[in-house]
Amino acid sequence: MSGESQRLPVSTDQDVVRVRQLVRTLSVAVKLSLVDQTKLVTAASELARNTLVYGGGGEVVVARVQNERRAGIRIVFADQGPGIADLELALTDGYTTGGGLGLGLSGARRLVDEFEIDTEPGKGTTITVTKWCR
Amino acid sequence: MERVPVLKIGDILLVSIQIDMEDQVALQLQEDLAERIVATGCHGVIIDISALDIVDSFVGRTLATIASVSRVLDAETVVVGMRPAVAITLVELGLSLPGIRTALNVELGIEMLARARQESNPDLDDDEDEADAAAVSTP
Ligand SMILES: Nc1ncnc2c1ncn2[C@@H]1O[C@H](COP(=O)(O)OP(=O)(O)O)[C@@H](O)[C@H]1O
Ligand SMILES: [Mg+2]
Repeated sequence: MSGESQRLPVSTDQDVVRVRQLVRTLSVAVKLSLVDQTKLVTAASELARNTLVYGGGGEVVVARVQNERRAGIRIVFADQGPGIADLELALTDGYTTGGGLGLGLSGARRLVDEFEIDTEPGKGTTITVTKWCR
Repeated sequence: MERVPVLKIGDILLVSIQIDMEDQVALQLQEDLAERIVATGCHGVIIDISALDIVDSFVGRTLATIASVSRVLDAETVVVGMRPAVAITLVELGLSLPGIRTALNVELGIEMLARARQESNPDLDDDEDEADAAAVSTP
């Protein structure tokens, strides 16, 4: 499991656009299928926006990963915001505290192969997602 | 901040989204369109998203809001040109865009608007029919 990684700050709307573009570029580079690229970029857009809006900003690290069989992309979204007190609730379709559609977390989880959340109230939230080439 | 242009073509406002929109740009488009509908009296809006490689929940919600606001202002919205991978992803994301009319391309979108206008307003039929009606009512 190795590969280059790139780090981007997330503190403006424009940074969210940059995250989408970086994830797209690396997804093409590891040859994810078009549908998988689209799913991963969409998930990244949702999670980066959450980092900005709810986490109060943070950073995103995008990395190429490789296991014995496949290549993939792993993305880490980290903030030092308020954290998520009730994770199960936050992962429910339609749940939002910000007047959104409440599909960002739950939808992003469906769009990737691996999805991990590490969150603690008052400390922040780190979400790691991975998409593997098929 | 970039701005998405709104073109008036006959009775239709055409928006072709060619950039990866920041959230603020999407919200600005929503406002611009509402203003242009009122200013022009257009009854149809076509939003061409064939250049968009993703539609996330923010853009999806913006499209839905544009459609609702347009309807209140007596204009129908058709979203055209969605890429297949975008459609697959949207459904998996959980967003089925309820209340949004879609067509495969601009041409079919224009046809759809014409039909919708006809159905909701049979009086606005073309001249021939009005002539027929006049003929019938003449003793
Ligand atoms: N990074 C984060 N930090 C704190 N809370 C978060 C974070 N991400 C998501 N949440 C919480 O989870 C809820 C659901 O998120 P999401 O599914 O993206 O829906 P939406 O963005 O439409 O509110 C948010 O409304 C927010 O309360
Ligand atoms: Mg969200």
